[in-house]
Amino acid sequence: MNQPTTRQGVAFLLNGERVDLESIPPTLTLLNWLRDTQRLTGTKEGCAEGDCGACSVVVAEWIDGDLRYRAINACIVFVATLDAKAVITVEHLSQFGALHPVQRNLVEQHGSQCGFCTPGIVMSLFARVQNRDKQPLEDTLAGNLCRCTGYGPILDAANAVDADFAHAMFEPQHQHLRRELATLQHDEHITLEHPEGSFFAPRTTAELARLLQRHPDATLLAGGTDVGLWVTKQQQTFEVLISTARLNGMNAVKREAGWLEIGAACTYSDALQALGELHPAIKALVRRIGSTQIRNSGTVVGNIANGSPIGDMPPALIALDASVVLEREEGTRELALQDYFIDYGKQAIERGEFVRAIQVPPLDSRAHVGCYKISKRFEQDISAVSAGFYLELDSDGRVVEIRLAYGGMAATPKRAIHTEQALRGSVFNEASVIGALSALDTDFTPLSDWRASARYRKLVAGNLLRKFAREVATGQSIDLWPASETPS
Amino acid sequence: MTRAVHQSTPHDSASLHVAGSARYIDDIPEPPGTLHVYVAQSPHAHAKLITLDLEAVKRAPDVVAVLTAQDIPGTNDCSPVMGDDPVFISSHALYCGQSLFAVAARSRDAARRAASLAVAQWEPLPALLTIEDAMAAESYVLDTRTLERGDVDHALQNAEHTLSERFHIGGQDHFYLEGQACLVVPSEDGGVHVRSSTQHPTEVQHTVAKVLGLADHAVTCEVRRMGGGFGGKESQPALFASIAALVAHHTGKPAKVRLDRDDDMVMTGKRHDFRVDFTVGFDASGVIAGVDVVHAVRCGMSADLSAAIADRAVFHADNCYHLPAARIRSFRCLTHTVSNTAFRGFGGPQGMLGMEQIIAAVAAHLGLDPLEVRRRNFYRPGADTTPYGMVVEDFVADQIVDELADSADYSERRAAIVAYNASDAAAATGIRRGIALTPVKFGISFTTTHLNQAGALVQLYSDGSVLLNHGGTEMGQGLHIKVAQVVAEVFGIALDRVRPSSTRTDKVPNTSATAASSGSDLNGMAALRAAETIRDRLAVVAAERFNCAPEDLTFADGTVSCADQHLPFDALVKAAYLARVSLSATGFYATPKIHYDAERFQGRPFYYFAYGAAISEVSVDTLTGEYRVDRVDILHDAGRSLNPAIDLGQVEGGFIQGMGWLTTEELWWDSAGRLRTHAPSTYKIPTAGDRPRDVRMALWDQGENREDTVHKSKAVGEPPLMLAISVLQALQEAIWAESSQAGMLLDSPATPERLLMALASQHNE
Ligand SMILES: Cc1cc2nc3c(=O)[nH]c(=O)nc-3n(C[C@H](O)[C@H](O)[C@H](O)COP(=O)(O)OP(=O)(O)OC[C@H]3O[C@@H](n4cnc5c(N)ncnc54)[C@H](O)[C@@H]3O)c2cc1C
Ligand code: FES
Ligand code: FES
Repeated sequence: MNQPTTRQGVAFLLNGERVDLESIPPTLTLLNWLRDTQRLTGTKEGCAEGDCGACSVVVAEWIDGDLRYRAINACIVFVATLDAKAVITVEHLSQFGALHPVQRNLVEQHGSQCGFCTPGIVMSLFARVQNRDKQPLEDTLAGNLCRCTGYGPILDAANAVDADFAHAMFEPQHQHLRRELATLQHDEHITLEHPEGSFFAPRTTAELARLLQRHPDATLLAGGTDVGLWVTKQQQTFEVLISTARLNGMNAVKREAGWLEIGAACTYSDALQALGELHPAIKALVRRIGSTQIRNSGTVVGNIANGSPIGDMPPALIALDASVVLEREEGTRELALQDYFIDYGKQAIERGEFVRAIQVPPLDSRAHVGCYKISKRFEQDISAVSAGFYLELDSDGRVVEIRLAYGGMAATPKRAIHTEQALRGSVFNEASVIGALSALDTDFTPLSDWRASARYRKLVAGNLLRKFAREVATGQSIDLWPASETPS
Repeated sequence: MTRAVHQSTPHDSASLHVAGSARYIDDIPEPPGTLHVYVAQSPHAHAKLITLDLEAVKRAPDVVAVLTAQDIPGTNDCSPVMGDDPVFISSHALYCGQSLFAVAARSRDAARRAASLAVAQWEPLPALLTIEDAMAAESYVLDTRTLERGDVDHALQNAEHTLSERFHIGGQDHFYLEGQACLVVPSEDGGVHVRSSTQHPTEVQHTVAKVLGLADHAVTCEVRRMGGGFGGKESQPALFASIAALVAHHTGKPAKVRLDRDDDMVMTGKRHDFRVDFTVGFDASGVIAGVDVVHAVRCGMSADLSAAIADRAVFHADNCYHLPAARIRSFRCLTHTVSNTAFRGFGGPQGMLGMEQIIAAVAAHLGLDPLEVRRRNFYRPGADTTPYGMVVEDFVADQIVDELADSADYSERRAAIVAYNASDAAAATGIRRGIALTPVKFGISFTTTHLNQAGALVQLYSDGSVLLNHGGTEMGQGLHIKVAQVVAEVFGIALDRVRPSSTRTDKVPNTSATAASSGSDLNGMAALRAAETIRDRLAVVAAERFNCAPEDLTFADGTVSCADQHLPFDALVKAAYLARVSLSATGFYATPKIHYDAERFQGRPFYYFAYGAAISEVSVDTLTGEYRVDRVDILHDAGRSLNPAIDLGQVEGGFIQGMGWLTTEELWWDSAGRLRTHAPSTYKIPTAGDRPRDVRMALWDQGENREDTVHKSKAVGEPPLMLAISVLQALQEAIWAESSQAGMLLDSPATPERLLMALASQHNE
């Protein structure tokens, strides 16, 4: 690729029509722009924090010569990040008078009561149908709260949609979007200047490094599922906001000699396949992060970079012995992921540096892996405790290698060093785990908050290890509801 | 003949909902110059306001007006009954989140940023935050009430067995998807037009008039639809309407208040949390001789609707069971927390859960199947009077329970679960299962008797189309379509010829809240009468033309007929118009038979009861406390349902909402009295994935109201919520399977943490 040039402003499609914006506040959310400026009020605000789905819209992206449709939360997506994409709102689905099959089925199955959640549900189901997505329906809808229906009629409606018919019906719009989006693709860096702040979306990591050198206090933006809330809930503004989303080649998982490299812009949805192939427990975990909409925007790197003690990926990735690749103008360096987290709000990242990628080593097929997430609600909740366990046993069932990483138990995601010590060399079973549990008290002094009490966190942290021991013993995972692979 | 009632017609707004074209308050195109209002709040649970400096707020960019208690021309009160809910704090903050002042600016963001510039000085005071705090301090917002029947002490002393237990029932946030919202446009003569997302337009009208110091006729309140209400938009919208109206009044500009979700959850009242203590006396077969029950009810900082809510809890403290001797005391605790309010069931769920826990405790104590104990205590002939003296004439819970237990194989499944729980598989995985059947008997009518009235206005246009207006509001429950069905049936015309319209206080005045499940009972009857009035006038015209008696006419399929003479309905309407016959009419309805002596807690507060029953089956991971509701079977009595699909929607939606209340929805206040679960990120209502994978629901096909309700239907809005008590009971059963000490009652919400800690405490005993 030649050295990319820089262009000012963003261009995207809104319901098939081209929109060019030269100067907008970098943190203007898509939802506010749709509702306040475009007066497209079909898209609703229910929370402005990515949790209810009332604001769901579909974004079509140009991927490998075709369009990929994904539902996202308009309330926490910045308009500045939409360059070269197509935004589809509920108004677009029935524009020619006839309801889309998703909409018609919702009417026929009594899928709306107050109707406030309905446009968001329509868009989530539309994306599912348009992408011929086969994930369980409850995964598709985990990010769409409905307080009225109890969901049954919505699921019935979704199941009744004839996907072929729906595709045929949307085909003219699809073709139109394809044509128009093709013309919007480009390899330039983007800048936006506005009195409220500047926005950059570099195309190369070199340019990103250069920008960070020049603006060491800039805020980095990946999927914005954390940053978006700083704006909607805390009214933060940023002098300089730099997006990683356009970094070429960084939005996928690269595989090399069994290693996985998860790029800075790689969303959970993009990473699911590769991570899921590593181990079913990891797949099950990734599916429980946020909702489909959140996974479509949020990145794995963002989950690490934010340094949160309750992120779900760090414990699992630490257990897998992952490392972080940090980059700056001077070059790159690698760091074991567990060493990235120093203290609450403090990570081993220097000014001018960014996380370029996460590297995950190959997984020995004899190793045992367990990933657990404890939350009040099974779907779409933040963990009270999360855990990632890695275990290698010798032929006598003795522990050769063990990594027990927990989130929600300390100021950072952290390994249970003493517990590991207590188990290393011993036969791994529930009895030996119970014997080692007192070491967990040395490892962790968790806090009480609204997600869980310290007592519960301690108790369940130990019990998860017991559960792991039971699973290792039988080779079977213990699930209340085994995830259904086919749509329910 | 095609009928309009008893049909599963889709919601009248369904095709607008799915297209995104149904308008809620915030979607209405804003009139030019509309100001956006942010309501600033108290940061303290209990404190004296020393000074409030708003200079910086006023000088902030785009700010147009800043209003405080001093700027209220009328009365600084937006309470529904007792006069104890100030619009703005004037001297003392009584909860964290209480409205302090309002900023009106040209944008939402500007208003919100400006509000943060206020400088307030407070003198913090000791705060009572919990039921325990209030009970210890004897801090009550209303007088303690006692309902007593029979010689309770004697019954308990002479009972073969007695048990005393205590448990807590958590509150619940409404989490209507559309937050509180209101748009006020000032009119030319000093009045205001208020569009509010409210279940109670009349109260909004009256409150706004009171706050502005205007006559009621100067204020019109209008609501087309709400994005959910559930009781949270009964008394709560009055505050926000008052504030928007104050801004409109002071600036002469349209003003909008639309709460951010966090502010909504912090500022508005919730379902009351309860502490229940009971002593029950019973014999070896589980038949109850007497109960002594104490409800400690957290009302929060003001009375709001707590008197009626706590009363309803007392009225439902029997559920389906005959209590020969009963004493139910109800303490209405005053705390420095948000004032709790109406929520689907209105105290009924807490009262009923209290009784079901008594049954559970008795069954566990005797080692009996709880269903057996339930059956042995059901109301029955000769034992059919409630503690408040009302004879239960229409008891069908026993029949419903039998049918459901049968169709859902309750006994077989229970036996299988007992066997499973004792199996090696259960021991190996740590997964325990539980099953429970609970019935519901819910009293229908406002217990405040005068509220049981409704009005409607039906307008027939000369083309034969009908515009329907009534006092009920549409919050998703399908009220408008049901009432439209009733009207279409009267005229024998197609449903699409009847158009429901916004609820407006200038069309139908002095209405009651759309609440207490009474929406279609009351408004359906009022509209029926209005439509019949018009039909009777039309009949005179038709009878003259056909030369027959008006009684011999039929109105069906868009045609008016007498024997073999026919006239299209529209033609008859035209003829009536030309004959100068009035084509509009009001209708009025007041529920008959009800009477109630509030002093003595005796009478017939309810016109009838609605019934239902549910069986829930659950699995619990005893290592983590996580659980799933695997299957639910429901049989519910909606009488002769006006619209089975809409009613089933209420059943399912109510069940899932009730399940949320009892499982994942936890309100968590910190020690300073701040609600920390104030957004969906921390407050977890059920998702699609929480819905049991196997749901089998039906309306009871023998259901028919024995009272003369609209087409023999029954109210259905609230009762199904209480079907979810079966979930808590099933979880309890699963936990008890783990332990030799069955009988320890679970507090709700039964989060995974509560389950695991319950298991842990049992292990330690
Ligand atoms: C509704 C909802 C549900 C959620 N559920 C979960 C959940 O179940 N589990 C969970 O773990 N999290 C959850 N989250 C949190 C969030 O989605 C994740 O942390 C996500 O991975 C963040 O990624 P992002 O790309 O959106 O990050 P952003 O919001 O864009 O950024 C997050 C942080 O990382 C920094 N950053 C981003 N990229 C880089 C980089 N390349 N180098 C250095 N710093 C960088 C940003 O400056 C910011 O500080 C949820 C969030 C929401 C809104
Ligand atoms: S408004 Fe709730 S997710 Fe966006
Ligand atoms: S229909 Fe009301 S929230 Fe879904």
